This record gives sequence, C-alpha cells and structure tokens, in this order.
Amino acid sequence: MKLSYFAWVRERIGKSDEEVALPAGVETVSDLLDWLRSRGENYEYALQVPEIIRVAIDQEHVDHSERLAGAGEIALFPPMTGG
Amino acid sequence: MADEAQGGGVHADMAAGMYDRSQGHTSALSEGADISNGSSPMSSKSIAPKVTVGEARIDVAAETEALSGEGAAGALVTFIGYCRDEEGRLSALELEHYPGMAEREIRKIAEEAAERWPLIAVRAAHRHGKIAPGEEIVFVACSSRHRGAAFEAASYIMDFMKTKAPFWKREHLKDGSVGGWVESKATDESAGDKWHRI
Repeated sequence: MKLSYFAWVRERIGKSDEEVALPAGVETVSDLLDWLRSRGENYEYALQVPEIIRVAIDQEHVDHSERLAGAGEIALFPPMTGG
Repeated sequence: MADEAQGGGVHADMAAGMYDRSQGHTSALSEGADISNGSSPMSSKSIAPKVTVGEARIDVAAETEALSGEGAAGALVTFIGYCRDEEGRLSALELEHYPGMAEREIRKIAEEAAERWPLIAVRAAHRHGKIAPGEEIVFVACSSRHRGAAFEAASYIMDFMKTKAPFWKREHLKDGSVGGWVESKATDESAGDKWHRI
C-alpha cells in the first residue's frame, strides 16, 4: 500500500511517500495513524496530534473511522490552506 | 500572522463585467419573481465547469473576456485571490499541492455549485509553486442570467476550495529564509457551514 505525505507532515516524516505492508489489526485510518506513530520519532513528531491530520484514500477525503480495505493510495496531510 | 498570507475576500474583484450586462434584469422585476435568481435550485441540466491547476500565471483579462457570454449571461462574478506581501516581509508564497486530487476536488466543488445554482459558465483556476506578492493565486468566475446566482456560487466555490482542495501555503521571507507553513484559519474551516441546506 502506498502512503503519501504532504506539507509539514511530509517534512516531519522526512519522505514524500513510501510503500508499506500493514500489520494485522490495522483496519481503519485511525489504526493506521496509531501504527505509524509507533514507527519512530519522526512519525511521532508528524502525527502527535492525530485528530488534525487529514486523510485521503485514493484521492477522496475520508474520516478517521474509514476502513482501509481496498485502498490503493493513502495520503496524510495537514488542514488545507489554498485559495 | 502567518495565517494572513493571502488575500481572501479583501481583493475580491467581485463586480467585474456585471453592471452593464445586468441592466434591465435586476431590480424588483426579477428579484423574487424569477426562480432562476438567487439560490433556488434549478436542476435539469447543469453545465460542465472548466478547472485548471498549474504553475503558470492566470490571464485574468483573457479568462474574464472568455466568460463575457454572448447575450445569455446577465451577470459575471469573478474572484481573484492574490498573494500579499505582508507589509513587505514576504518574498513569495510557495504552494504545495496534491497532483490529481487538487484538480479533482476543485472540479467536484464547481460541479456542486453548478447543480445548486442556474449557472451559465463556471471557471476555476488555482496555481501551485512559487508565487510572488501581487500575483494571483486563484481565479473563480461564475456567470448566470441574474447576479444572485453568480455571486452565491462564486462565494460557495471559494469557501469550499479553501478547506477541501489539497493545497498548502508556506512563506518565503525577504531575508532569504523559509518561513513557516501557513496555518488554517478557523473562519475558513467553518465558512462552509453556512451553505448547509436545512
């Protein structure tokens, strides 16, 4: 599964994307954020306030309760500031 | 404040092209008497918005001219969001975006507007990359028979574009340093609420 990161989430994690194999039990966006935070200080720094992290699955905004099954690309990013 | 780095509603060029063409259509005659005015949903067939995301400057004059219509439109509302210099502190804003999703989200918002209001044309363009103070970041234009629909639709598109389209601004400062990421504003986050239908 491909994970993509943008803006300060990307900077804090230190990469713009990566391929990961999700361990058993990681079923929702919320689970994914928890699991990522356990992967190292950089992830913990990027995701320390998980509730503000916005998530898109296959380029569609989703809630943290969304299930990951069938997802191709999951993007994590801060609240948007365009316009 | 870092979160003030872009000219939200301040530089709105809201009235461009509207007054001359709406002569004879506005006033009490059409206000309320015509269901195509204002936010009355008009259904049937909605038009296809034109949406672009790119690094190049937006030719506002040409875009506006292209939407001037050929008699069908009585109103054209345009909005331009500019990069401010923040009292001379800023050398540029850098806009990061999520390629693909950025255009897709803007198109979705523009299509919602076209379903909700009786629009004749919708145009939305958003830039990414480095943008100098005084340059345009975003351009939104809506034309309709009467001004109410065009005003509301343009406002609706901007409100949702700011919170749903995946773009992120960061400041580049005059002293050569890279400043922080612009923080989202609570007022922007909640701006979409007023459009919720009862």
